[in-house]
Amino acid sequence: MPHFAKPGEGSWTQHYGIDTGPVSYEDSISPEHYELERDAIFRRTWLNVGRVEQLPRVGSYFTRELDAARTSVVVVRDSAGEVRAFHNMCRHRGNKLVWNDYPREETSGFCRQFTCKYHGWRYGLDGGLTFVQQESEFFDLDKSDYGLVPVRVDVWEGFIFVHLDDQDATPLSDYLGGLAAGIAGYPFDRMTQVHRYRAEVASNWKLFIDAFAEFYHAPVLHAKQSVDEESRKLQGFGFEALAYQIDGPHGMVSSWGGMSPPKDLSMVKPIERKLRSGLFGPWEAPDVGLDELPPGLNPARHRAWGMDSFLFFPNFMVLIWKTNWVLTYHYWPTSHNTHIFEGTVYFAPPKNARERLQQELAVVTFKEYTLQDGNTLEATQTMLESRAVTEFPLNDQEILLRHLHATARRYVSEHRQRQTEAPVRISAAS
Amino acid sequence: MPTALPAEFADLEPFADWAVPTERARYDKRTASTMDELQAFYDAAFPRLEDAMVYLDRYSIDELPDDATRLLWLFCALTTASFPVEVWRQPRVPDSGSSSFDAVIEPRV
Repeated sequence: MPHFAKPGEGSWTQHYGIDTGPVSYEDSISPEHYELERDAIFRRTWLNVGRVEQLPRVGSYFTRELDAARTSVVVVRDSAGEVRAFHNMCRHRGNKLVWNDYPREETSGFCRQFTCKYHGWRYGLDGGLTFVQQESEFFDLDKSDYGLVPVRVDVWEGFIFVHLDDQDATPLSDYLGGLAAGIAGYPFDRMTQVHRYRAEVASNWKLFIDAFAEFYHAPVLHAKQSVDEESRKLQGFGFEALAYQIDGPHGMVSSWGGMSPPKDLSMVKPIERKLRSGLFGPWEAPDVGLDELPPGLNPARHRAWGMDSFLFFPNFMVLIWKTNWVLTYHYWPTSHNTHIFEGTVYFAPPKNARERLQQELAVVTFKEYTLQDGNTLEATQTMLESRAVTEFPLNDQEILLRHLHATARRYVSEHRQRQTEAPVRISAAS
Repeated sequence: MPTALPAEFADLEPFADWAVPTERARYDKRTASTMDELQAFYDAAFPRLEDAMVYLDRYSIDELPDDATRLLWLFCALTTASFPVEVWRQPRVPDSGSSSFDAVIEPRV
């Protein structure tokens, strides 16, 4: 008997017309599939690369290594105050333009122009080539032909996205769709106290999304993080979401939030009792000017609501907590069985040391959980690669996993389709 | 003897080496410590947590004097050290093996 209501079809999975059969994880262990994903997904979707607060003034910039999309981009605020993005590459002989010490590491800073380390070519903040060393040695070089190669960039609610395919004209807001529209207006810009963590994880990128797209694992994998009696209760109860939503390639899960604050103080650890904070964040919500929730949050309108988690395909998750703080996750593939995971916590700036300590406890608790999650993934990846078992039963609380893997496979098969059709089109046109 | 912490917290001076400015350094110190060392730090610092918050609340978070900043870091370290003492019974997160999860951006204080 479910604790929370399900749709009339009896399950969330059937409600959204998603197949309920066992699932293959071949898309997570095949090097060939990953090579196709790089072009089919990471070069053909809007990718979140940062936030506008990282570009506080004209000349502020940061770089992003997009290994899966086979490039590096530099994102900058130009002299008109607009956000621009370019392939991070000098037009002279292809050197990476912006980097410090280690060419494969990301960097950020402030500059009036970009200067290539190799031969001193300079580019304005608008990407235009402004200076060529020994220009008279070149042959008919028109500097206006050699600006930095622009990358499409757009901003949604302060989140900066890039798109590497010039042929795909889908605007960002159309791509993000109804789930994003439903949380527009949320005061992300008020949450400027940032903690970001980074891990290199020995698993396919989708496996870590799987781990954060279902909470079925939480009462078991993280059992020891609760006091014993509470832990037994949580395992007996299991996990049920308040609601799931699917919109195009994206999805969301809405969850209860019973621990912020807990009904009974004996349920939580001494440090949480003392600081009034924990995994679900500081128990008292700061004022962030939020009179009422945007319509897309707490879609079930349930009074036990605690947090909504949105997955914007392919690799950007946003978790919005009832107590007015935000977590984002990014998964940046580096091969078929490795990726870089980033978790970023956004709080309203603490007014005093007490609030700072409450936030610290929430952040380090997140770290403890993630260390458990990350290691489990390596264990999963290695056994999936054995192919001793090739089909896996997923339950109704794992609907977002089915949708994610099916979406990734669909992007790849549509890409293959285009590749086989493309030569025909060219010959027809010629 | 050099004092790192406000005079009111002289009893915590033996643990002043926990007052380090980054989460990564605090976590590294935790994993390099024995359970006896973690327990001793926890037993000394936990009962002073409320006193420390009352003391620190006289200041704006942006204008903490150096000794108060160190006191804040020491109690940030208490949150890190609380996990082995309150739940794990070992310095590392169980089953976390070789995995790491490192802070790359964190607040200045």
